[in-house]
Amino acid sequence: MYEGIVQDLIDEFSRLPGIGPKSAQRIAFHIVQTENLDVTRLAELLATVRENIKFCRICGNVSEQETCGICRDPRRDSTIICVVEESKDVAAIERTREFRGLYHVLGGAISPIDGIGPDDLSIQPLMQRLADASVTEVILATDPNLEGEATATYLTRLLTTLEIRVSRLASGLPVGGDLEYADEVTLGRAFEGRTTLR
Amino acid sequence: MLRTHKLGEADRIITMLSRRHGKIRAVAKGVRRTSSRFGSRLEPFMVVDVQLYEGRSLDTITQAESLAGYGAAIVADYSAYTAASVMVETADRLSEAESSVQQYLLLVGALRSLARAEHPSDLARDSYLLRALSLAGWAPSFDDCARCGAPGPHDHVVVQLGGAVCPDCAPPGSPVLDAGTRELLVALLRGDWDRAEASDDRVRSRAGGIVSAYTNWHLDRGLRSMSHVESERTTP
Repeated sequence: MYEGIVQDLIDEFSRLPGIGPKSAQRIAFHIVQTENLDVTRLAELLATVRENIKFCRICGNVSEQETCGICRDPRRDSTIICVVEESKDVAAIERTREFRGLYHVLGGAISPIDGIGPDDLSIQPLMQRLADASVTEVILATDPNLEGEATATYLTRLLTTLEIRVSRLASGLPVGGDLEYADEVTLGRAFEGRTTLR
Repeated sequence: MLRTHKLGEADRIITMLSRRHGKIRAVAKGVRRTSSRFGSRLEPFMVVDVQLYEGRSLDTITQAESLAGYGAAIVADYSAYTAASVMVETADRLSEAESSVQQYLLLVGALRSLARAEHPSDLARDSYLLRALSLAGWAPSFDDCARCGAPGPHDHVVVQLGGAVCPDCAPPGSPVLDAGTRELLVALLRGDWDRAEASDDRVRSRAGGIVSAYTNWHLDRGLRSMSHVESERTTP
């Protein structure tokens, strides 16, 4: 335990995700002891982010404006929507430079045991977007874990009533790995989703 | 595997029900990374053989081999997924104090049945709940009076008293238990699937409501997953 505001600072850092008491203490002392650290800029940036960042009213991605840069970009293919769980998944897919369509951020995945059902996710706004006949394909890019798969199953069932192509991201072997080290579930999925070469 | 919680950057806390050691909570390091070699084996509804390193508060999983994987088949059917979620949450709650081989075997059997779609998922769920509660010492009675033991069948049900009750024991305004619902509840408790599957949707819905109320009463806090099953029931 430290005195006064130093302990307050450690406590505040400890509340952040992924930061335990030791890490919080290290960051706090880095701020206290480093001479050339521009603390004012960091503090201003934190306040600005809290004030200015909102969620895109179309796709639910984080944005500084009413709509995000991807939804505003006229070069994006508006006939394809990629459905993801979180905004960080948008960033991961954008890094691939393979996808030029639009996104829809659900805000999580269905997990009844955690009390999260379909009504807690941004599914209704997705259905409203799809009411526009210009969308021809929905790519379900939820996480390849149990909750993500269950969410994809639920969405697939909802979307069967619409005449839209529904696809799911492929699962399988990681690039650069050895086959012998693949676990049986992943390898089984790779066999199920194998592609024809000839 | 009962459930998982995210921990830190790429780890998970895994809650498991073991055959001999009751409920175990352990850390699985790095399993959220796509390069993890056993992340897929540590998903809910999997049956695995794990090696654990004992820790002060939480153990650490060092190896995992799958014995049976029911997750993929269960999530392919949304109603089976919600039913399985209720099952694992119930097992989690019932196993808080002590271990039970019967609870373990009942859960594994129920998940296998759901994965193979052997019975309608709502019936499998309700049968599991009644039998799991019975194993935990809260066996309901749907024939003889749950309070005084008077031979049945009886026309009222009071979950707080343990099931069907005779006219002398039934408090004023007790809900009525019709013959079809009573027959289904008895069949679910005994695992008489021919009789259970012969029931119609209305009877199943009434029996499901009684099982849900009975479960929530005995588990003190209601099951979080149960409300999503009920909303699922009303989804076209």
